[in-house]
Amino acid sequence: MRELIIEADRMNLPEVQMFIDEQLEEAGCPMLTQISIDVAVEELFVNIASYAYGDGHGKAVVQVSVHEEPLSVEITFIDNGVQYDPLAKADPDTALSAKERKKGGLGIFMVKNTMDNVSYEYKDGKNILTIKKNLN
Amino acid sequence: MALFGKKDKKPAANLSGKSRLDIKVKKDGAEYTFLLEGRLDTITSPDLEAKINEATGDASKLILDFAKLDYISSAGLRVLLGATQAMDGKGDMVVRNPTQPVREVFDLTGFSNLFNIE
Repeated sequence: MRELIIEADRMNLPEVQMFIDEQLEEAGCPMLTQISIDVAVEELFVNIASYAYGDGHGKAVVQVSVHEEPLSVEITFIDNGVQYDPLAKADPDTALSAKERKKGGLGIFMVKNTMDNVSYEYKDGKNILTIKKNLN
Repeated sequence: MALFGKKDKKPAANLSGKSRLDIKVKKDGAEYTFLLEGRLDTITSPDLEAKINEATGDASKLILDFAKLDYISSAGLRVLLGATQAMDGKGDMVVRNPTQPVREVFDLTGFSNLFNIE
């Protein structure tokens, strides 16, 4: 398992994605899968950066493990900000017209639908969100 | 150089290139074409939003060419939704040449139905 501890600031997004991509490239992850993981990582990290600490500052912990058989990656995001389960949010209605559609909820919706497993728990004052994705 | 492990191979110089979007705008009367190259993400999308807002004032057609756009997140989708809504009743919005990862995001989120894709 490798870990990155970083200020929860959206401007740190490239550094978080580089950290993840390094492990994915090492594991031989196909490009399209890597892009979908990158998107999920953006949605989850930016969520923490935007909401976990209100107007204040705080850290985000990103942990990555690559597993064999089946080749898969597990990425965990941890913050000790305000308790929030993003998975509890209702999915956007993707059948609505442009006029009727709202701008919220798309990020988590994509994470739920592109990853193979997404789980959340609140433990010891920490939000812990884990995604898993098979790499082939 | 066995002293240097994998950690030392980190291509730090590439860091600023990770979140990059080049936007070229062509104007032909009231028809605007945006050529995007790079990634439309949380960091780059405000720039596109500002440029589209400048255009939608007098645009009767908005063409977004995504042939060189490799990546889109929800931040990018929000800009596209805003653009579609701004063009409503004023003219067409067309997305051209979406790459496979962008197309997959459009299909998943229902955005394929919100504007014409060529």
